[in-house]
Amino acid sequence: MSDHHHHKETFVTKYIFSQDHKMIAKQYLITGMFMGVIGVFMSMLFRLQLAYPDQSFSIIEAFLGKWGEGGQMTPDMYMGLVTIHGTIMVFFVLTAGLSGTFSNLLIPLQIGARDMASGFLNMISYWLFFLSSLIMFLSIFVHTGMASAGWTIYPPLSALPQAMSGSGLGMTLWLVSMAIFIASSLMGSLNYIVTVLNLRTKGMKMTRLPLTIWAFFITAIIGVISFPVLLSAALLLIFDRSFGTSFFLSDIFIQGEVLHYKGGSPILFEHLFWFLGHPEVYIILLPALGITSEVISTNARKPIFGYRAMIGSIMAIAFLSTIVWGHHMFVTGMNPFLGSVFTFTTLLIAIPSAVKAFNYITTLWRGNLQLNPAMLFSIGMVSTFITGGLTGLILGDSALDINVHDTMFVVAHFHLVMGISALFGMFAGVYHWFPKMYGKMMNKDMGYLHFWLTAISAYGVFFPMHFIGLAGLPRRYYSNSAFPMFDDLLHINKVITVFAIIGGVSQIIFLANFFFSISKGKKASQNPWKGNTLEWTAPVEHMHGNWPGEIPEVHRWAYDYSKTDENGDLWGGQDFTPQSVPIRDGEEEF
Amino acid sequence: MKALFFILIFFVIGTAFWQFFKLLGLTKKDQVATEKENDINGWLMLGLGGFVYGLMLYSMFQGRVVLLPRLSASLEGEDIDNLFVITMGLILVVQFITQFLIYYFTFKYRGTKGRKAMFYADSHKLEMWWTITPTVVLSVLIIYGLWTWNNVQDLSDAENPLIIEVYAKQFQWEARYAGEDNQLGLGHVNFIKGINTMGVDMSDKNSADDIPVRELHLPKGRKVIFKFRSQDVMHSAYMPHFRAQINCVPGMVTSFGFTPTVTTEEMRLNEDTKAKFDAINELRVEEGKEEVEFDYLLLCNKICGASHYNMQMKVVVQEEEDFNKWLKEQKTLAQVINN
Ligand code: HEM
Ligand SMILES: [Cu+2]
Ligand SMILES: [Cu+2]
Repeated sequence: MSDHHHHKETFVTKYIFSQDHKMIAKQYLITGMFMGVIGVFMSMLFRLQLAYPDQSFSIIEAFLGKWGEGGQMTPDMYMGLVTIHGTIMVFFVLTAGLSGTFSNLLIPLQIGARDMASGFLNMISYWLFFLSSLIMFLSIFVHTGMASAGWTIYPPLSALPQAMSGSGLGMTLWLVSMAIFIASSLMGSLNYIVTVLNLRTKGMKMTRLPLTIWAFFITAIIGVISFPVLLSAALLLIFDRSFGTSFFLSDIFIQGEVLHYKGGSPILFEHLFWFLGHPEVYIILLPALGITSEVISTNARKPIFGYRAMIGSIMAIAFLSTIVWGHHMFVTGMNPFLGSVFTFTTLLIAIPSAVKAFNYITTLWRGNLQLNPAMLFSIGMVSTFITGGLTGLILGDSALDINVHDTMFVVAHFHLVMGISALFGMFAGVYHWFPKMYGKMMNKDMGYLHFWLTAISAYGVFFPMHFIGLAGLPRRYYSNSAFPMFDDLLHINKVITVFAIIGGVSQIIFLANFFFSISKGKKASQNPWKGNTLEWTAPVEHMHGNWPGEIPEVHRWAYDYSKTDENGDLWGGQDFTPQSVPIRDGEEEF
Repeated sequence: MKALFFILIFFVIGTAFWQFFKLLGLTKKDQVATEKENDINGWLMLGLGGFVYGLMLYSMFQGRVVLLPRLSASLEGEDIDNLFVITMGLILVVQFITQFLIYYFTFKYRGTKGRKAMFYADSHKLEMWWTITPTVVLSVLIIYGLWTWNNVQDLSDAENPLIIEVYAKQFQWEARYAGEDNQLGLGHVNFIKGINTMGVDMSDKNSADDIPVRELHLPKGRKVIFKFRSQDVMHSAYMPHFRAQINCVPGMVTSFGFTPTVTTEEMRLNEDTKAKFDAINELRVEEGKEEVEFDYLLLCNKICGASHYNMQMKVVVQEEEDFNKWLKEQKTLAQVINN
């Protein structure tokens, strides 16, 4: 952060209450990384429990205190850890950390705008995110335990403090934190939408937008449509918990007592929850897909294959994702006809997804692949996206879901298709745009090491996990020892845990590389990857307004890599043509 | 205090990495990957592809012992299993092909000085192919899937089904047979009292002959229709061997049905079951635990509180006459409650 030439800015307005999108992006990234460290650490703790259910570990007692007395965590603690791990990973790391970082960083820079439509709203949205992170983080330490009803917080479990200890204060804080989070996310999304629609530089037609921007734009739209529904679910749940209403509760007898609730339905909550919960998967995934499109094209030195089809499939996926939420509810006892409808719409998503997968593969074909860390993560992302996506065919088919619903098979599926894929997309983005964020290069060798360890352990954790699910093992089981039928799974569970620990620990390499490179990295050149998009025309040193003079004008799409003239020679003698270069004589615009 | 110790360890590991690549950092000149790096990573990517294949094959071969018996214990489950096998076969084919292409292309087209990337931005023909092919394949899957689903869900065609209520609570299963009249008496949480743990309305004329049990017995060959209730939070009744699952929702009655086809005794003689339980018993003996036999189980598959992982009920499938004999021996609600 060697930004010397600014005068009016104080430390506070520059680094803390900054309204500059680039600074806000970095704030999102670092907050997201902090939450990610906690989430990953939690997963290592509860993986220890699953692999060694009867053994005691002093690390457990050290971190969990009375919840891990004698080195063994309690069932309550196990469920709390799983819940907060899921919540943090989904919302705080991959929604805010990924989308918040890259939408903020790239939208103004790639469309050629001085900043977001409203810098002030942008700043507020970050600080609300920070506040909600803080509350979620502190909720881990309340003495009745953190929220532990799973990240889906289905009532009545989440609504009745007498149902489990985590449904007390921990759950209240969870709900408050999420309500603030949603407010933040809505402000962010509105800003992105308005900015993309209104602030594009001259010549930047919608059909010339880089795919990253398309992905962020559509993501923001899904967010605006579906997050308010989760907010309403959370508010109604708060009412049920605290003010005696019965939206989601009815006919309950617990702890020797009949409660007063009448006429509500927990199924209603599920509908509201999954109306966000399902699109949420794509809120996480689409930005990652956008990032990989960009990184793969740049490093393959080839245009992304099927640009229009890519946009079309993003739109199709976004649309379909809002009408498939019921596939999470096949076994709730809802009308079988509805089950049929949701099976149909769910399986349709496979079509645009297949188009995307094949387009990525074709982009690799006959390229000149620059296998730097960002590219490796992007290719890895395509691989895990396909592996995880395919098992979605099983879960999306209502008849098959009966047998695997809520088992470890589901956990394996969604970790590959959204957890790991999106995480890989995020890493790809950090490696690729680090020079843009900090003006420095990250260390490549550490990046390679990071990728290899991460990719191997990701597959090592989540591939075998399908089999314990197919063996009938439900998820969110603290221990499998109550069922002799699962005794033979212990072996697989150990393998998974070993890979999980390798994977978790190897993230230290990334963190060390990241923070080290901010101060000590090699200085970046203006366009280190020889990319076409506008952000690489801005100076390395950050400045308010992004470009010192005029904003560059755009004359072409973002993917003119290795374009040749009629003689078969590269145009201009180089294998890339930035968007700001005018169409040359005799050149056809793609 | 110990936490501090572990944080310290992490800190030391972090610093070690830091120092390590401080050395590396100084030697790096190029920004884009060098030709040598492309070469190494290209080969490694090929290796990763190999690793993914290896892991898939290894998991599939090693994993098959731990799976559920391939024999579905219910009639309806057979359709589900067929659909599963077809879908799984398709998934594997697509997975093997696409992963091969990804890793092989990455290897083959790894960057070198001489290579010219191809400007290939679009091909409507190709794109049409990979839109139409998945569409056709999916249509088949969707149609077969919906047919199976309707088959499984349709309870209207059952002749003389056996009616059973399965009742969930933290952290126990109970059940109630409909008795002589094959009609369940009404139940509501308001009636829970003393030994009337399922809250049956004893003033309902259908209630007296109902039979409460703590272990499920099912007759082979007769369709069973289950009604599910929960008294506190959501639970999910999961009977994996019968390919059956449905949520138990407070304030609601859900239902599911299937026809058991394999008795417990028969299932114990099944090849898969034997292999699985031999392996299990080998492990148990090693750990000094007693050997176990196969039993059907009803598990809870929805997070429901601290003992969620422990909520189970034994299910026994018997020949119809044995079942009838067993049922006769059980006391009715009238006998239990009015005593
Ligand atoms: C270090 C890598 C990770 C490991 C080893 C890991 C492992 C696990 C395991 C074993 C569970 C518990 C499954 C259960 O009992 O139901 C779980 C839950 C979950 N994980 Fe991860 N995970 C990792 C990373 C991630 C990432 C990147 C995401 C982001 C999407 C994520 C999202 C979730 C969610 C949503 C749940 C469900 C929580 C719930 O049941 O309420 N995880 N994870
Ligand atoms: Cu339960
Ligand atoms: Cu449960």
